[in-house]
Amino acid sequence: MVPVLYYLVLSAILFTMGAMGVLIRRNALIIFMSIELMLNAANLAFVAFTRTFEKLDGQIFVFFVMAVAAAEVAVGLALMVAIFRTKHSIDVDQMNSLKG
Amino acid sequence: MSIDLLLFLFLALAAIGTAAGMLLSRSAIYAALFLVLNFATVAVFYLLLNAPFIALTQITVYAGAIMVLFLFVIMLLGAEKLPKSKVLPWQRPLAVILAAGLIVETVYLLLFKNTITSTVGKLVETFGDPRSIGGFLFNDYLLPFEITSVLLLVAMIGAIVLTKKEKGEKE
Repeated sequence: MVPVLYYLVLSAILFTMGAMGVLIRRNALIIFMSIELMLNAANLAFVAFTRTFEKLDGQIFVFFVMAVAAAEVAVGLALMVAIFRTKHSIDVDQMNSLKG
Repeated sequence: MSIDLLLFLFLALAAIGTAAGMLLSRSAIYAALFLVLNFATVAVFYLLLNAPFIALTQITVYAGAIMVLFLFVIMLLGAEKLPKSKVLPWQRPLAVILAAGLIVETVYLLLFKNTITSTVGKLVETFGDPRSIGGFLFNDYLLPFEITSVLLLVAMIGAIVLTKKEKGEKE
């Protein structure tokens, strides 16, 4: 089996790409997808550790992370639809006022 | 080079490539489809790491439910291509520098300050199967599991309230 270190490095690379996506993209939907990518990278590290230490707790935690991600996406996309309704754009640069 | 390592390298390349495709594609639809591929490769990693239940949950919840929701909203908003807005000139270089800093930091920590001793022994046969996961979930983690249900309920109510039209609002 491949050393756990490789999985951790891959997880770090994916996490960094997600962080870069949040920083460079202006489309709010793609920023959301980048956040999902980061959550996924963290999950990969969790599962790698589960395999290393032979304890199942990490897999349970991945399960909870998925539930939280689902909730986050539901609320976040609802927010996006609400913002689009008033601003007619989901460019994050346009979201610079609290009301209206 | 063992077959395991070859498989790992191929899948890692696929995962990084699809993540890069998501970052760079101009259209949100393509980005979402790249992300689906990325989730699928990560699911195969889970299979390699003896986590079959998590792998299938990944496919059904992430690649299935969450990405379908994403695609639905992208098509609902019909704004898959944003007009070019003016960007701050220093933003992109700064983002790349910060990301490079993050990756150098984490890889340094992993390679040189790492104290994890990898035990790659033989696992018990039932490791990570739905039965043992279920046992764990409903014995040791029952309270967090119940709280998750409340969280999902709150998210559902929140989504409904946020997308509802306000009173007196005209379409």
